[in-house]
This record gives sequence, structure tokens and C-alpha cells, in this order.
Amino acid sequence: MKIARIIGTVVSTLKLDQYAGEKLLLARILDPDGSDTPETVVAFDRCQAGEGDVVLMIDEGNSARQVLETGSTGVVRAVCVGYIDSVNIHPSPAESFGA
Amino acid sequence: MNLGRVIGTVISTRKVESFDGVKLLIVQPLDEDLKVRGEPVVACDTQQAGPGQIVTFIGGREASLPLPEPFNPSDATITSIVDEVSLAARQK
Amino acid sequence: MQLAQVAGTVVASRKDEKMVGVRFLVLKDLDLENRPSGGSVIAADPVGADRGEVVIYSKGSSARQTEITRDRPNDAVICGIVDQWEVGGAEKYRKI
Repeated sequence: MKIARIIGTVVSTLKLDQYAGEKLLLARILDPDGSDTPETVVAFDRCQAGEGDVVLMIDEGNSARQVLETGSTGVVRAVCVGYIDSVNIHPSPAESFGA
Repeated sequence: MNLGRVIGTVISTRKVESFDGVKLLIVQPLDEDLKVRGEPVVACDTQQAGPGQIVTFIGGREASLPLPEPFNPSDATITSIVDEVSLAARQK
Repeated sequence: MQLAQVAGTVVASRKDEKMVGVRFLVLKDLDLENRPSGGSVIAADPVGADRGEVVIYSKGSSARQTEITRDRPNDAVICGIVDQWEVGGAEKYRKI
């Protein structure tokens, strides 16, 4: 899974029938320390995410089909599955031993 | 999925049977500001997208699923035509 | 999919038994102006492409989604032979 920040929304009328009623979010993938990467992705929403929210994102088809309950024919890959309150990075073993 | 702009078409008469009747377009991937990002790809089209239109497309194994014959080797397929991209604090 | 030109064939007499009977070609990637872009790949050929022809090919797990590559250890497959392509209304390639 990845960490991402919601930066916008995508609106589409002409789309696959199976996308009807789905909100499409534009998300920027983040580094573990919260800084931006160049990568952006259009994702489905399963955590009521809004612009500025930091979310947990699945970017893999099989998992996305299970979350969205599409069966085997779901044309889906990226899904926001959780709202992230905070990320704690543990110090590296070298640092924690004072090396 | 990614954002992209339709910039061209590819015509192929001899192709794998599972691509019969499928339109092939050249799509330039875009970033959130609709600026060019990365190399163009050839994508299958199921949404009757036209030149210049902004679309979303899906890559990888999922790209085969929207086509009429799902057992096909597509690794990029257009999934929607974009009406509007709105970013926080500005409209596109 | 990517655009590429068929640069040659690969002959391998000793290979994984699941790959027996599959034809492999050497492809050189093309940019939109029909020039080599530097990359190359070995791809399975289900359509019968010839040397010099321009093709589109698919990568990754999608490349197992043809009858000749089904359930086989393969990561690139030719999807079609290109007759013509255009960008922004300008023709960039036409098969002679």
C-alpha cells in the first residue's frame, strides 16, 4: 500500500458503465516522511476522503477488486481505503543503538 | 488510473483476434496540471474518445477487462472521458 | 502498448518447455516520429510479423493474455502489425 494526499477530483460523464456513481479522486503519492513524489494517480474512494486529506491507498488490481466488490471483471486498480491521522517513522537500528 | 490526452491514432489490420473491432489511440500521459509527463502509450479505446480529449486510462492487467473479449493482451485502455479536473484552490 | 520495429528473430533450441513452439522477435522501440528511442525487447509473436515491420506490443502480465502465451512465462507480446499512425493529424508512418 501507499501513502497519498488528495489533491483534486476528476469528473467524467462518458465512462465505463461499472464506474457509475463512483467518485474519482486525484491523489499525489507521498514518501513515508510525507514529502511529495512526482507520481499522481486517479483513484476510487472508500474512506470519504476530501481534498488535502492524507490517505492509505491500494494500487494493485486484485486487492482493489476485493475492496470495491466488483467480482473478477472490475476495471480498477487504485483505491483510497483509509484516512491517515499520523505516520510514525521508527529510527533506524543504527540510530537507536547510538552508532 | 492516470490522466492523459488523446494525441493520435494507430491503424492495424493484422492483429490478435481479441483486438477485433477495437480502436487504438495514442495517449500522452499528463500530470495533475495537465502537463506532459512521461512517454506516450498506445491505448485501446472503449469510450469513443477523440483527438485532443482528456481521458483517464488504466494500465497493467486490468486494461484487458473493458474490451468485448476480456482475454486480450491490452496493457493500456481508456476508461473515461474527463469533463473536469478540479484541484484544491483552483479550477482546471 | 508501445510502438516498435521488428529488428530480428530469436532462436533458442534449449528453453523452458512451456516456451516450445512460441516465436520470438527482437523489437526496437520507436518514438512518435518513427525513430528508434533506444529501448529493445524480446516479444512473443502471435500475429506473424516480419523483419522491418512496425508493431504494437504489450508488456507485463497482460502479455500472457493471448492463446500462444497463456499461462506461459512471458512478459512481452506483439498485439498487431501497424499499417499507419498519425499524431495531431500528421501522418508519422505508413506501411509500404
